[in-house]
Formats: sequence, structure tokens, C-alpha cells
Amino acid sequence: MLSQVEGYIYPNEIALQWGILIVLYPYITGLVAGAFIMASLERVFNVTVLKPTYELALLTALAFLICAPLPLISHLGHPGRAYEIMITPNKGSAMAIFGFVYLWYLMVVLLLEIWFDYRRDFVIWSREKTGLMKWVYRVLTLGMSDISPAALKWDIKLGNIITVVGIPSAFLLHGYVGFIFGSIKANPWWSTVMMPVIFLFSAMVSGIALVMLLYMIVSYLRKVKIDMPCLDTIGKFLFYALIIDFSLESLDQIHRIYEAEESFDILHMLVSGKLYITLFGMQILFGMVIPMIGLGILQVAKIKENIRKIILLITGILVLNGIFFMRWNVVIGGQLFSKSFHGFTSFKLGLIGTEGLFMAIAWLLLPFAVLAFLLWLMPPWKKMNSE
Amino acid sequence: MGNKGIKSSRRKFVKKTAAIAGTLVASSLIEPFKLLVYATEEPKDEGPWWGVGIDISKCIGCGLCAKSCKIENNVPEDPFFFRSWVEQYTVYNDGTVKVVSPNGGIDGFNQEEDKENIFKTFFVPKMCNQCAKSPCTQVCPVGATFETPEGITLVDSEHCIGCSYCVQACPYGCRYIHPESIVADKCTLCYHRLTKGIAPACMEVCPTGARIYGNLRDPESELVKYMKNNSYQVLKPNLNTGSKLYYNALSAEVI
Repeated sequence: MLSQVEGYIYPNEIALQWGILIVLYPYITGLVAGAFIMASLERVFNVTVLKPTYELALLTALAFLICAPLPLISHLGHPGRAYEIMITPNKGSAMAIFGFVYLWYLMVVLLLEIWFDYRRDFVIWSREKTGLMKWVYRVLTLGMSDISPAALKWDIKLGNIITVVGIPSAFLLHGYVGFIFGSIKANPWWSTVMMPVIFLFSAMVSGIALVMLLYMIVSYLRKVKIDMPCLDTIGKFLFYALIIDFSLESLDQIHRIYEAEESFDILHMLVSGKLYITLFGMQILFGMVIPMIGLGILQVAKIKENIRKIILLITGILVLNGIFFMRWNVVIGGQLFSKSFHGFTSFKLGLIGTEGLFMAIAWLLLPFAVLAFLLWLMPPWKKMNSE
Repeated sequence: MGNKGIKSSRRKFVKKTAAIAGTLVASSLIEPFKLLVYATEEPKDEGPWWGVGIDISKCIGCGLCAKSCKIENNVPEDPFFFRSWVEQYTVYNDGTVKVVSPNGGIDGFNQEEDKENIFKTFFVPKMCNQCAKSPCTQVCPVGATFETPEGITLVDSEHCIGCSYCVQACPYGCRYIHPESIVADKCTLCYHRLTKGIAPACMEVCPTGARIYGNLRDPESELVKYMKNNSYQVLKPNLNTGSKLYYNALSAEVI
């Protein structure tokens, strides 16, 4: 183990405390926040062209939110004690608030908004279906089977209020995840006031890209034509979000470089050494610059529909990959250098084991499985007035 | 679907947003300072409030402190887990600095560099700084890390969930996750001895008396006298951790 050390590190720093599971946690949470904000664009900001993706975005947010805490809990030394965060929270701890923010977001925002949106359809489906499914939908109506115009008006009204509450909640959810890292003054790579804002905008970028990709995939699987104005608009919002995200992250780095505080030398060595490929290659070049160029071209040039689809598809994949490496660079990068500023340790991702690559892939695939189930249970395309 | 309600009345939307923002601000005022301003005050009750003094000029790098700590406190023997360790600093004539701590200094040190090239060299014993505003206590999500009335930061191993957030938050690298119990572990200043009036193991074995502890409230204590007579300094003062580990003869190279 000692051979993985360069220079001097405090003896307790050799093994990284947080591995790939903690990289997944902000990644998945970010996808939730981003997907929800994407849905809100349609509902609150009245971007009606995005209507085909509204329910898909909401269900994506729900599927990923259900899975978000799982890698986190499985990473704990004592997962069985995780409930203590809820019953004896230390109110001064950023991490302690997670349980509450999470529950607020799940119960008050997402589940309620989806329920109000689907209530009428649950009622209708419970009448149409037979056997078990009839009962499933009946339970999902929670006994509220009134679908008179007046009642439906209330669904819309309450749904709107929840969306309005939901936007700051989505900001809170992911801004707070940034704060978990940004508030650690012991770590100069994390400790920046920009961290919550950067996390938030990168969350929007990743969430928009995910919903865009899912929309393309779901349309392909259902063999229906993609609504191009919708897809183009998603691409446009992705472009804007990317520009803001890129600017904020650049500002943060420029500020660091110009101030060149005590930790500057070690961080400079970090980014030009151990993080070089994941930061400049995966995150900045492939995850931001190339997608920005691609999306930028789409905004100004007239390109054939098929080519546009391919550009958006590739862009979406690159962006999702780039944001994953952004989380990687924050979480792993922040633990590679010693707090003594005198040296580095290494991180080698294993393949097997609870902290290995395969397990991480499984955690990452799980929300897609949940989403597939949700899309089967409550298909947006079978809603009244859809399509 | 369902965007007509908002569209029809922008004013309504603004009102709603204002109401929500107002509620958030109001609710944040309930306990604002406890949540946002973290400053542990000196406990009001009577009794000792412990601090530590380390005189670098007295340390000979024998490593007995680190060794005795491992024995006394059941610290794993591997060289990746230490509650207390010793660093050797070598400052060269060209200004470069080399730091080493082979096996935490337990086996002693050799100075392999040519004397001619060395500007100065010294040993720095490290241990928990028993911060009065300890970042590790601040971040513990479940309150398993806490500060005793005597000013010692301890971990409740029955309560710790093993999230490692405290390990990340300690600027001095003084915490680790114990490989057997899989909970956070750290120097307790030998709390089990201290409460019986016995000196911590590392201090009892130190042959030169480089480490002392004392009651910061008692003007006659050895520590207070040491602080009066020496120009002491704490590590990373810019982080405002309220460190109660006071070094004498601390050189600027030490981080």
C-alpha cells in the first residue's frame, strides 16, 4: 500500500475514504434535480413544446430519486445504523439534513406532483382494467375517484403549486449536495462557495441530457416519430445550461489560479498529473467543449433532421459522461492529495466487491430498471389527451 | 398539461413564489445561529478544560509516544492507522522540504542526507488537536462525535455509522476508520486515564517531556505556564478550528 504514495501524506490518508459509490451519489442526485427542473420548464415556465417529455422527466426524476440513497447507504461502515440520521440528526451537519431534504423532495414534491398529474388516469385505468391491475390502479387513486371537471381543475391547480414549491426544492436538493463538499474547509479542492452552484448547474445539464436521451430511446422502442421541435428545444436548453455551467466552473478555477493560495501548488500538481485525463479530457473537452460546439452549430446552422438527431444523441452521451467525470474529479480528486500538501496517494478502482466497478454499474442501471417499471405501470403515452 | 392556471395570472405566480420564499426565510430564522454559525464556546461548567502543549525543540524523534499510543489504545498495527505519530522535517539549503514518517516514527528515524546539504531538521509529533470548534464534530451527521465537558473530542462507537465524513473534515489527518469496528477512531487524549488523574500514555513515556497536557482554566497548570513562557502556535490557524494543541518552536514549513 505504501508504494502508492508520492511525497509525504499523513499516515491515515493512504486509503481513500470515499470511492466510486460516493461518486454515484451526487451523480444520481444531480440527474434527479436536472430531470425535475426539465419537467418544470414545461409546467411553470410554460414551454409547451416540451410537453412530450413532461411525464417522462417526472418519472425519470422519481426513478433516480428512489435509487439515489442506495449507494450512499451501502457505502456506510454500518448501513444498519443509517436510520440514525433521521432519529438523532446533528443539526449542524450538512449530511444530516440529507434525510429530510430527500424525504421532503420525494414525498412532498415528486410523488404529489406525479399523483396529481396521473390521478385522473389512475381512475380511468382502474375502471378499464380487470383483475390485479384494476386493484393496483384503484389503490393508486388513494380513494379519490372524483374526475368531475371541478375536481380535475383542482388537480391542475394543486399540481401547479407543487411544481412551484418543487423548483426551489430541486435547487435545495442538489445545491445541498454541493454544500456537503463545499463546506469542508479542511479540503481546498472542495472548499469553495461556488460548489453548490456548480453542482446545481451541472445537475441541470446532466438531467436535461438524460431526459433527452431517454426521450429518443423511448420513442425508438415505441417506434413512434420523435417530435423534432421538442427535441430541438431540449437541445437548446442543454446548450444554455452547458454555457452557464462551463462559465461557473471556469470562474471558480480562474479565481483559484489568480488567488493562488497556500494549496495552489499541490492542486496544480493534482490537475496536471493524476486528474489530467479525467479533468481536461473527459470532463472539459469531451464533456463540455465538444458538446457546446455541437449544440452551438445546431443553433445557427440548418441541418437535416437525421443529422440533428445523431448530433443530439452523441452530445447527450458525451455530456452524461462528462458530468460523471465532474463528480469523479470532485470526489476522488479531493482525496488524492494530502492535507499536508506534501504528497499524493492513489486510487485504483477494483472490478469486484461492494466498492467495485461492477457494483457501481449495477447501481447505475437500477434506476433505469425502476424507470422501465414506472413507464410500464403509468405510460405517459396512454394518458388522456396525450399525443 | 395543466399550465393554464399559471399562464392566466402571472401575478398569482409571483404571489405564490413570494409566499414560499417568505415561508422559507421565516422558517430559517427559527434556529439560525445554531445551524449556520458553528462556534463551540468554552463549556460553562466548572472542572478542567484540557489542552496540550508540544515543545518541538525537545522532541528527539524516538517514537515512543506513537508506539505507546498503539499499545494503550488498541490501535491496529498496520502503518496506516495512527492516533499519534511523529514526522521528520528536513529543510535543505535550497529551501526544499522533505517530510517523512516511516511507520509513524515508531521505529525511530535515520537522517540519510548529507549534513552539508541540510539547512535544518527537526521532529514534529502529531496527534488530535482537540479543537474547540472541531470540524469533525460539526459534520458528524448523527452526533456520534462529540465534545466532552473537559474539551476532549470523542467518538461513540456504538452510534457511529461509519460514513467517514469526519475523516474528510479533519484538516490534520488525525482520524481513520478502524478496520475491525468500521467506525471512526481518533486520539482520546487517553480519556480513560485522564479521568483517573493519570497522564496520557504518550506523555508518560516521552523521555524529554516534550509533550505536556494541562487545564487551560487553571493559571497554575503546567500548560498555562508553558504558554506564558513560550511563543506557541497552532497548526493551520487560518482554518479557525480552535485547536488546543499548542506547539513551541513550530517552524513555518510545518503543515
